[in-house]
Amino acid sequence: MAGLLRSRAVFIGIGVAAGFFSALFGVGGGTLIVPSLVLLAGFAAAEATATSLAAIGLTALFGMIVFGVLGEVSWGYAALVGLPAMAGTLVGTSLQQRVSSRVLVGLFSLLLFGIAVRLFVG
Amino acid sequence: MTIALAIVLGLAAGVLSGMFGVGGGILFVPTLSLVIGLSHLEAQATSLAAIIPVAAIGAWRQHERGFVRWRASLVIGLSSAAGVVGGAILADNLSDDTLRRLFACLLLVIAARLAWSIRH
Repeated sequence: MAGLLRSRAVFIGIGVAAGFFSALFGVGGGTLIVPSLVLLAGFAAAEATATSLAAIGLTALFGMIVFGVLGEVSWGYAALVGLPAMAGTLVGTSLQQRVSSRVLVGLFSLLLFGIAVRLFVG
Repeated sequence: MTIALAIVLGLAAGVLSGMFGVGGGILFVPTLSLVIGLSHLEAQATSLAAIIPVAAIGAWRQHERGFVRWRASLVIGLSSAAGVVGGAILADNLSDDTLRRLFACLLLVIAARLAWSIRH
C-alpha cells in the first residue's frame, strides 16, 4: 500500500511537471515523461515510451483547451499539420524496426540544431 | 505552396516521432512559426492541438503491442492539467522573443541528447 501510494505520488509529480513543460514549450512532454518513468518509476524503455504517448494525449488535450480559451489556437493549421502527421506516425512506427537509425538520428539531430540556430537569429 | 510544405512537414514530423519517440511538437512548432508565419505563442498552442491525433494513434499502436501501462498514463495525464494551466499562464505572459529563444534552447538540448545517444 505504501509502495502504491508512493508510485502514485511519483506519477502525479511527473504529470504536473510534464503539463507545465508541455504548455510552456508547445510540445507533448515526452522528453520529460519518458526518462522520468525510467529513472523514477523503474519502467522499461518501451513501456515508458508507450505510457508517455497515452499520457501526452490527455496533456495536449488540456493544453488545447486552455490555449483555445485564450484564443491562440489556429484550428485549420492544427489539422493541416496534425492529420498528415497522424499518417506519418503509422509509417514511422513500422519503419522503426527495419531502418538502421544511427545515420538518421545524426541527421535529425543536425536538423534540430539548424532550426534552433534559425530561431535564435529570429 | 506554403500549404503543401506544411503538409509535407507534418507528415515528416509524424514519421520522425514514430521512429524516434520524440514527439511531433518539436517539429510542429517551427513549422507553424517559420513556414506558416504564426506568432510563436500561436504556434505552440496550435502544436498542442496537432499533437492530439498523433499521440492517440501512437498510443493505440503501442497498446496493441501491450506496452501501455494505462493506470500510470491516466494518473500522469490527468494530473498534468494542473501544470498545463501554470505553463500556459507563464507562456501567455512572456514575450514572443523570449518564448522563441526558450524553445530554441529546448531544441539544442534534444539535439545534443540525440547526438549523445548515437555514441552509446
